[in-house]
Amino acid sequence: MSLNYKSIVAAATFAGLISGIAYAGDLTVVSWGGAYTKSQVEGYHKPWMAKTGKSIISEDYTGGLAEIKAQVESGNVSWDVVDLELSDAIRGCDEGLFEVIDHSSLPPAPDGTPATEDFIDGSLSSECAVPNIVWSSVYVYDSSKVRNWNAPKTMADFFNTDAFPGKRGMRKNPRVTLEFALIADGVPTSEVYEMLGTEEGLARAFAKLDTIKDDVIWWEAGAQPPQLLADGEVIFTTAWNGRVFNAVAAEDKSFEMVWDGQIYDLDLFAIVKGTKNLENALDFVKFATATEQLAAQASWISYGPARKSSAPLIGTYHDNPDIQMLEHMPTSPAALKNALANDFMFWADNFDEINEKFNAWLAG
Amino acid sequence: MLDSIDPFVRFKGVQKSYDGETLVVKDLNLDIAAGEFVTMLGPSGSGKTTCLMMLAGFETATHGEIQLGGRSINNIPPHKRGIGMVFQNYALFPHLTVVENLAFPLKVRKMSAVEVEEKVNKALDMVQMRAFSDRKPAQLSGGQQQRIALARALVFEPDLVLMDEPLGALDKQLREHMQYEIKHIHESLGVTVVYVTHDQSEALTMSNRIAVFDDGVIQQLADPVTLYEKPENAFVAQFIGENNRLMGTVKDVAKGVATVALDNGDIVKALAVNVGGKGERSLLSVRPERCIVASEKTQGLSALNGRIEELIYLGDHIRCRMNVAGDDEFIVKVPNTSGQLGLVIGAEVFVGWETNDCRALDYLC
Amino acid sequence: MPNVIEPITAADGTPLKKKLARALFRSKIRAAGLVLPLFAFILCTFVVPIFALMVQGVHNDTFHTYMPRTAEVLEDWDGSSLPGELIFATLAKELAKTKKERTVGKVATRVNRQYSGARSTFTKTARKAVKMEAPFKNAILKADKKWKRVEFWQAIKLTSQTWTPAFYGAALDYELSLNDGFERKAEKERIHVKLFWRTLVISAVVMGFCLLLGYPVAYLLATLPLKTSNLLMILVLLPFWTSLLVRTTAWIAILQSQGVVNDILVWIGVTSNDSRFSLIYNMTGTVVAMTHILLPFMVLPLYSVMKTIPSSYVRAARSLGATPTWAFLKIYLPQTVPGIGAGGLLVFILAIGYYITPALVGGQSGVLISNMIAFHMKSSLNWSLAAALGGILLGGVLLLYWAYDRVVGIDNVKLG
Repeated sequence: MSLNYKSIVAAATFAGLISGIAYAGDLTVVSWGGAYTKSQVEGYHKPWMAKTGKSIISEDYTGGLAEIKAQVESGNVSWDVVDLELSDAIRGCDEGLFEVIDHSSLPPAPDGTPATEDFIDGSLSSECAVPNIVWSSVYVYDSSKVRNWNAPKTMADFFNTDAFPGKRGMRKNPRVTLEFALIADGVPTSEVYEMLGTEEGLARAFAKLDTIKDDVIWWEAGAQPPQLLADGEVIFTTAWNGRVFNAVAAEDKSFEMVWDGQIYDLDLFAIVKGTKNLENALDFVKFATATEQLAAQASWISYGPARKSSAPLIGTYHDNPDIQMLEHMPTSPAALKNALANDFMFWADNFDEINEKFNAWLAG
Repeated sequence: MLDSIDPFVRFKGVQKSYDGETLVVKDLNLDIAAGEFVTMLGPSGSGKTTCLMMLAGFETATHGEIQLGGRSINNIPPHKRGIGMVFQNYALFPHLTVVENLAFPLKVRKMSAVEVEEKVNKALDMVQMRAFSDRKPAQLSGGQQQRIALARALVFEPDLVLMDEPLGALDKQLREHMQYEIKHIHESLGVTVVYVTHDQSEALTMSNRIAVFDDGVIQQLADPVTLYEKPENAFVAQFIGENNRLMGTVKDVAKGVATVALDNGDIVKALAVNVGGKGERSLLSVRPERCIVASEKTQGLSALNGRIEELIYLGDHIRCRMNVAGDDEFIVKVPNTSGQLGLVIGAEVFVGWETNDCRALDYLC
Repeated sequence: MPNVIEPITAADGTPLKKKLARALFRSKIRAAGLVLPLFAFILCTFVVPIFALMVQGVHNDTFHTYMPRTAEVLEDWDGSSLPGELIFATLAKELAKTKKERTVGKVATRVNRQYSGARSTFTKTARKAVKMEAPFKNAILKADKKWKRVEFWQAIKLTSQTWTPAFYGAALDYELSLNDGFERKAEKERIHVKLFWRTLVISAVVMGFCLLLGYPVAYLLATLPLKTSNLLMILVLLPFWTSLLVRTTAWIAILQSQGVVNDILVWIGVTSNDSRFSLIYNMTGTVVAMTHILLPFMVLPLYSVMKTIPSSYVRAARSLGATPTWAFLKIYLPQTVPGIGAGGLLVFILAIGYYITPALVGGQSGVLISNMIAFHMKSSLNWSLAAALGGILLGGVLLLYWAYDRVVGIDNVKLG
């Protein structure tokens, strides 16, 4: 484990050896595992396999581009389609790790609206990737635990340690964290990124974070925050809304999300450059991101479909007809009241520098 | 000062058990006088080393008392007993030089540097190892290590030195040489030595007295001559020196002489040392060098028929293996005198001995 | 006696030396053949990748590969005023070319590491460059205002240099600028040196705890009868057989403020329910979890050394008058130094490279330099910086190794 960075280089050298041994299916789709992959298998993989008669191998990964970079640079590509965060999609596209996908070739909505207009605004910004879901960073509390305070309502409440004393969970990453800080400090969502782009704005965000620094437990893996909350380690925690929904719907937790100040983001499919199954991969991506499949996936997990035309088709949770999925999605009107779209361009430009400052702030 | 009547070391009814089921040492009573060299001799597992370890303080007696200089040392930890000890594999501290090894017991006693140096040098001179003072033990030969171990056990001038098979790892020649050296050091220092070995010749060479151990019990405690000449039971007779065994049944015991019928019917007279009454089984023990081989019976000697099976020429004597009374392992050491070279394999001869040299002992199957 | 010493010959008349050399050569070839596969394996999977990685720490040719002409003309630029038309024209042409070849992103990412925000400037300008016409200087300056800044150009020139000490500088919190050379970063932005020190300190503390806890265990293992010690050994090795994540998660369940330890402390009244101890998500948690995980690496070398020390040494010391403590300190302990050295080195070097455990239980004060390396390796893809950080870490370990050799002696290490 400890020598992982060495083994990655080794993997780059020897990826060929390993992929040569691995079973070669018609298509290998790589995603984040857990409930999320499950929803994709039910919503995309099974229907596609039924339609084409071809097989899909589903693999899990923990995000990041290192493995993809290793495969592409060694010329031995064993992953075909990868589910990515937008920032990684853009960065990977810049680095030439992905095939270009002609967005005009994507199937139109059932009513004939072309795909380029059907996908939610700005989501087709990477020429290498096609979005499938909208996910969101929110903060959560456990309503089953008796506290001597009323339910929090706003992002400012998250930072208010006087009214809500106790530990808070936050992701150990400047992304989202700094935006939350500014929103809590009263910056309108429309001005958050403009503000973050200036020295003063950045300082203001860190100053706001300073007020809760001693009360924060930092998490890194998506599975951690629901656990921290369930264990009573924290009173609030930022989390990804799908994970929270899963804890509520499948594990019967009484977690409540606070949508105020939520930051939504995209997950996208990209095709690894140099894949031997390019045709299958293209066909799968087009199929999976069509209106019906996106809606089908939505009955398995509470992430919003990336197409507007999917919204009317969203039904109830596959396991429980009482749960209306739309209510739990970051794209629902209630959730969007005070929401911020992740500005991937801002982060693509500034992540390295801000992250360095963030880490220095953390260590200081 | 020691009371001359009180022994220096005393084992009083000492028992030892490791597992609570069997006794390794059974009711040991042993007194050792100051200045004595006492050897505990016995086969492995006979309890001799356990006794030594109890005396040193590394094992505790399950029952009974051990006294040193008149007071009980049962509850005194090893480092306060002031007993020097030489271990089987020397146990020289490998990370210290010869001088440091020797200085160890002195520094523990907080002696001054001058005193330490003086005593270390004296001890090194005693074992003639002055030239090796700066070496590490690994750079010394087995014999040299042995000398250093000896010097270390003596350097703090203990009244009692324990030695646990100290010569076991040396080759034969060196071992014999060291035996004399230890004996001389003992004599010149006047220190009390308790020595453990399973080598009977070693025990005979060095000791004032020998305690023969078997099965957790002292079988016989005596000086070397008595032990060899007058073993009190079959075990001691067999364990010490070479020994011919003849089995038989007691016919009669009178005036200290037993008449024993051997299993082949021959009748032999023997010194009644350790026999039951008439009809009891007995083992007769005769030393090979006390037998005489002759073509006819000699007046005044017990004599049996025998056939020569094998002759081994050993220079100073001839080792003659014979079949006597149905036993073809009967050995006679024939002195290499001019007349004896006429022995022939297969010859039917008489083998005889003095009645006093044949000891009727308890029967061991 | 002959005056000339004849060379000794073998039975067939060839000189003995030659014959011997030939015989030895054959056996040497055979021996080499036996180790060759392993040697090749290690060379390919370990030595070469490490070397390649180390090279990346001082070598980055991204810019030079995709914009070679620009890199060339930039060499003559004085670095103090805006460049002339020639440079702008070359840049425009190559931007257009990289746009077509879809490589502009790589160049942009590379420059962005030196100058935050450069990425969008490059991609934006590249889009427009396809249709640009002379004079290029005006056209480019119009495309994005960053091109007007001399510092921006200085950053570009820096990235155009293939061999650069910039990454090693950055790994030590120094910033490289074209005209002023290295300068220490602002107090608030220094992080790596702090993390290096923290890593060394935590590793040393973990090593200390491992020694403190492992020594008695190893002693027990070495002195107990075989049957009992085998059972104990299984308990010691148990952590090896559970996955790192499971073990770490178990520590979370035990140490967290609603966890087992705190529950017990509250129950017996050591602390109140409102003031539970913070045992995890800080340095304490990191040290506890790492000590547990690394303990076997200390116990095993100690055990193998202690196993070879007969009990007679301590007995001899006792019989010579030493108290148990004295005998332990002067006789037993010095003989276990090779085990302490081996275990200590193992634990220390492994601890230096740990990042999963600190990431999960370390909170903000338990982050180590290896977390930083993993981050630049896996997330930011800044392999050059990761290589520089790794190179410094490797250098540090070698330095410590050297120091250990000088102080204790490396032959005083016994691994098994």
